Amino acid sequence: MNPITPIMNGLKITLSHMFKKPITLQYPDERPKVAERFRGLHALNVSHDKAKCVACYLCPTVCPAKCITVEAGEDQNHDKFAAKYEIDMLRCIFCGYCVEACPVDAIRMTKEFELANYRREDFVYSKERLLEKK
Amino acid sequence: MGMEIFGLPMMYYIAMVAKVLVAFVFVLLTVAYSTYAERKIIGHMQVRLGPMRTGWHGLLQPIADGLKLFFKEEIIPAQASVFAFLIAPLIALIPAFITFAVIPFGGVIEVAGYKIPLQIASYIDTASGKVYDLNVGALYILAMSSLGVYGIVLAGWASNSKYSLMGGLRASAQMISYELSAGLAIVSVFMLSGTLSLNEIVNQQSGLWYVFKQPLAFCLFFICSLAEINRTPFDLPEAETELVSGFCTEYSSMKYAMFFMAEYANMITVCALTTTLFLGGWQGPLVGSFALLGPVYFVAKVYALIFFCMWIRATLPRYRYDQLMHLGWKVLLPLALVNIVITGIIGHFIN
Repeated sequence: MNPITPIMNGLKITLSHMFKKPITLQYPDERPKVAERFRGLHALNVSHDKAKCVACYLCPTVCPAKCITVEAGEDQNHDKFAAKYEIDMLRCIFCGYCVEACPVDAIRMTKEFELANYRREDFVYSKERLLEKK
Repeated sequence: MGMEIFGLPMMYYIAMVAKVLVAFVFVLLTVAYSTYAERKIIGHMQVRLGPMRTGWHGLLQPIADGLKLFFKEEIIPAQASVFAFLIAPLIALIPAFITFAVIPFGGVIEVAGYKIPLQIASYIDTASGKVYDLNVGALYILAMSSLGVYGIVLAGWASNSKYSLMGGLRASAQMISYELSAGLAIVSVFMLSGTLSLNEIVNQQSGLWYVFKQPLAFCLFFICSLAEINRTPFDLPEAETELVSGFCTEYSSMKYAMFFMAEYANMITVCALTTTLFLGGWQGPLVGSFALLGPVYFVAKVYALIFFCMWIRATLPRYRYDQLMHLGWKVLLPLALVNIVITGIIGHFIN
């Protein structure tokens, strides 16, 4: 077998790669474009200045990681609402089943992916932190 | 200018010191920035960016690396042979730098009415205008490059670690085997030139470079040199995956940096020597009328070869040990011998 040709071919390949555009993303300076249906941090949808959630308990039931805690309450109109809605981001596996299960379109997932924190308690997102940002 | 020391004008000594400083600083800077260039070039060949965050496009990276290494803790293993352990990096580093003494990096330039040949170990006879340099310059370089192996073997042995010892043993076996082929490859150049003086060899290449007369010798010498300075694909002495880091496993701080510098300085020396022997040294178009173009051509050729070394590193995987020995003794050595015989036969019939 001729040993020179493969070496020449290899050299050609590496040289051609040198003139390609590097795929590196200079992360903190350049932001990645996440996919259209990316599943990041959750957000509770708002309608008429209130969360749409009716505390039906479908999302904690379907959640495979058991990271959602819901407690129901009753408002002045005797409507059920989520008095407490917490998601533990340390347990969440971002499967999106909660969004699929929700019958009133009260929860969705955003493109936010930088979820690092300094304290463990900060990873449990309360209802106020989950309400969609206006 | 009237003052003379040992029969030589004062200007000779001033020029000598200046040349030493320029060459030393040039080699040091090239060592520093070839580490940067290597990371950058290999990065781009792997469709990455390489260092980007220290200074503009990472330009201060070598300085940052140097500072970091300088402030690291010096560790001497408890069971190490201390004297040999301390002296080994110096033995590796110094021959790598002093080889530059005989390499001509330019023609004769005139400063303040005094002619200066751009080669450290050389002297111009002002009366006849003839340049005298070390008449066994090539031998001197071969001798110095073989001294470097002592540093590596000593480092491997003195560390008292099995990885270091294996690295040192591999390095010595490899360097000695390939030195033979490299030496034989350039014998054919000396058969054409009839001299070992590097200045004379460069002057003879003002017409046709030796690479066109001796293409096989050029390839053999360059491959063997890559093996001799332990660069990929022949970097077995420090094969990370097998030997942690080879002979410099136990080294830290500035002593490790010295091995690193020696490695890169050796690469520069080998590229400079290849340029001198095969690529016409500082010869190039218009160099006769503008003497200052000489160093420019020389540096350009050396940098092109250094780029080629890095290109090879980005391309080829490491040889296995038996393949390395097979290539050295059963392929390159016979080829070098055949090349000498053919050169001899052709030379005999031409003359």
